[in-house]
Order: sequence, then structure tokens, then C-alpha cells
Amino acid sequence: MNNLKVFLNGLIKENPTFVLLLGMCPTLGTTSSALNGMSMGLATMAVLVFSNLIIALIKNLIPDMVRIPCYIVVIASLVTILQMLIKAYAPGIDAALGLFIPLIVVNCIILGRAEAFAAKNGAVPSIFDGLGIGLGFTWALTLLGACRELLGTGKVFGLTLFPEQYGALLFVLAPGAFIVLGYLIAIFNKLKKA
Amino acid sequence: MKKLESTLPNMAIVLTSIAVIAGLALGYVNSVTAGPIEQIKAQQLSDGIKAVLNADEVAVEAPDTLESGAVVYRTDKGVSVQATDPNGFGGKLTVLVGFDNEGCIQGYQILETSETPGLGAKADQWFQKGQKGDIIGKSPARNNMTVSKDGGEVDAITASTITSRAFLRCVNSAYEALSVKEDAQTGATAQHKEEMEVSNE
Repeated sequence: MNNLKVFLNGLIKENPTFVLLLGMCPTLGTTSSALNGMSMGLATMAVLVFSNLIIALIKNLIPDMVRIPCYIVVIASLVTILQMLIKAYAPGIDAALGLFIPLIVVNCIILGRAEAFAAKNGAVPSIFDGLGIGLGFTWALTLLGACRELLGTGKVFGLTLFPEQYGALLFVLAPGAFIVLGYLIAIFNKLKKA
Repeated sequence: MKKLESTLPNMAIVLTSIAVIAGLALGYVNSVTAGPIEQIKAQQLSDGIKAVLNADEVAVEAPDTLESGAVVYRTDKGVSVQATDPNGFGGKLTVLVGFDNEGCIQGYQILETSETPGLGAKADQWFQKGQKGDIIGKSPARNNMTVSKDGGEVDAITASTITSRAFLRCVNSAYEALSVKEDAQTGATAQHKEEMEVSNE
């Protein structure tokens, strides 16, 4: 029950994108299409689950004063491992997200969860926290990507909903990311209050 | 278990051992994935060469890297050249161009691009056969391969003249690399592998 609560917490109440506003750089940069947003979300989630798990397991071995460097070494290694695996076994994702995968290292969601959750809780709740926050990040990025793709090109996940010439290219470019994100946060806040 | 105190030896030992373990894990994963990554790169390159030469089977000779940075792949069906222009709209643009033995363009493929989605990124289709900017069958020796705005005979991508110029510079420098290679037969074979790896990154 408690684990379920931790899991749902990240999904909605402390959604990293719409509520905590963490990790904005990959959020804005990778959501030019729904598929890209979803891949980035899932890649981040994979790193987050493992970094939470490892940090929860070794938290008592790490002296407080060097905890940040220790966390960063763990996170950076996991990201590099993930990048090598993606390059070797999923070259399509690598082509789409190549530049952003190494940037997961400095995604503040991951360090933030290590510091705020994994360093204070056991291994199992930490995994659930990683899954919850990771999925929260993933659905937020997928939604953002889907809105931008739809408004910009008339497609969602590559399925054409209306002809491309009626799309506003602006939404695929960087300014569109800010505009769509702003409206989504507003809608999310409204729904949360209701 | 009680938390370790933040004494100097503790901190040094813990941070060092975490770094060593992380390094070992990375080394292991690298050794596992290095093979598949190489294979995928080689596969993508040979698929590209086949695509730009319109051939199902090609025998590729050892590639040559020229001073200009262009890489020339000679095959039994023609020559494909990988050329790069640093001044695309979004950055570097790398194109693989296939030429037949008369120097006519057989096909092309964009290998690396940072062009704007929806505008410059259309270059992967725009210049193909039957499209508005069709360059297939033309030869930089006979045709003026610049955009019509600059007096050439290729239609630029709508609203993406900068991308189109960069693309055509790639095509032209690929052709130059082709003729340089035919003139001199310069052999940089000892270095080419190293340089190829650098240019792939």
C-alpha cells in the first residue's frame, strides 16, 4: 500500500514536469514528436530506477560530505552504460536522441530523487519512487510531444490526423515547446485544484 | 548499519572504491557492446553505399580519406563519396553521394543533419528522383549544381535556401573529391581508418 502511494505520488502529485518543473532542458529539447518524448522518458526512467536502487543500497556506506560526487559517479556510469546499450541494440533511438542521452547525467530529476528519496529510504520504496517519477516524466513528455507533433505536422506517433500543410511549424520548433508546456502546466494545475 | 563518519580516510576510500567499481562495470559493458556497435556502423555505411548506387550488391574497396575530409568508397558499380559541409542551417551536414563511372549522380543519402524539422530536414527527400529539386542523373561537370537563386539549375527547398546551399556544397565537394582521386590516386591508406573513426564521431 505504502509503495503504491509512493508510486502514484510521482505520477501525479509530484509530477516532475508539471508540478516540480524539473529537467526542463530534455523536456523542451526532445519532445518534437510523441515518440521522441516517450523514448527520452523511458530512458530517463531506466536510469532513475537503477540509480535510486543503487543509492538506496549503498547510502550507509557513503559519508555525508562526499555524497554528491558519489551519486554523480553512480548516475554517470549508469547513463554511459545505457548509452552504449542503446547504440548497440537500438540504433534508431540513438539517431533520434543521441545528443540527449548523455545529458541524462545532469538531469536534476535523477540527482534530486537520489538526494530527496533514495538517500532516506530503503531499496524497495526507492524502486517504486523511481518507477513513479520516471513514468510521470514519461507521460508528461509523451503528452507534450504528441501535442507538438499534432499542432505542428498533423500527426501523432506518425499517424496522420490532418494534412501536414495545415500544421503550424512553430510548434515543432523551440518556441512551440515553451508555449505548449505553459498551457499544459496551466491545465494540469486547474485539474489538480478541481 | 550505522552511517560512515565523514573522516578524510573514509571519504577517500569510499569515493575511490565507487569510482573503481563504476569503471570496471563500464569497461565490461564496453567490451560487450563494442562489437555490435561496430557492426551497426559498418552495416549503416554499406546500406548507404548500396542505396546511393541503386545496387543490391556492391564490392567496396578500402576507403580513402582525402585532405578535404571527404571519404571515397570505390566499388564495382561506381563510387560513393561521403562529404561534409559545416555551414548547414543547424550545423554540420554530412551527405553520402553515389556517382556512376561517368560522374553522374546516382543517388544520395543524408548521413548526419541538424537541419530544422519540416524545413531543411526535407533535404532527405527534396533532391531525390521525381521531386522538385531532382539532382539524380545530373553531373557537376556538366550541370551548374547551385540553387537557382545563385544562378544554378537546382530548385532550393522552399524557405530553406541555406540548407540547400550547404547540401549542394556537399555534392560538389564530393564530386571534386572524386576527380582529385582519379587524377592523383593519392594513397592515404595507412591513416584512413583512424580518420574515419574521427569523422564518424
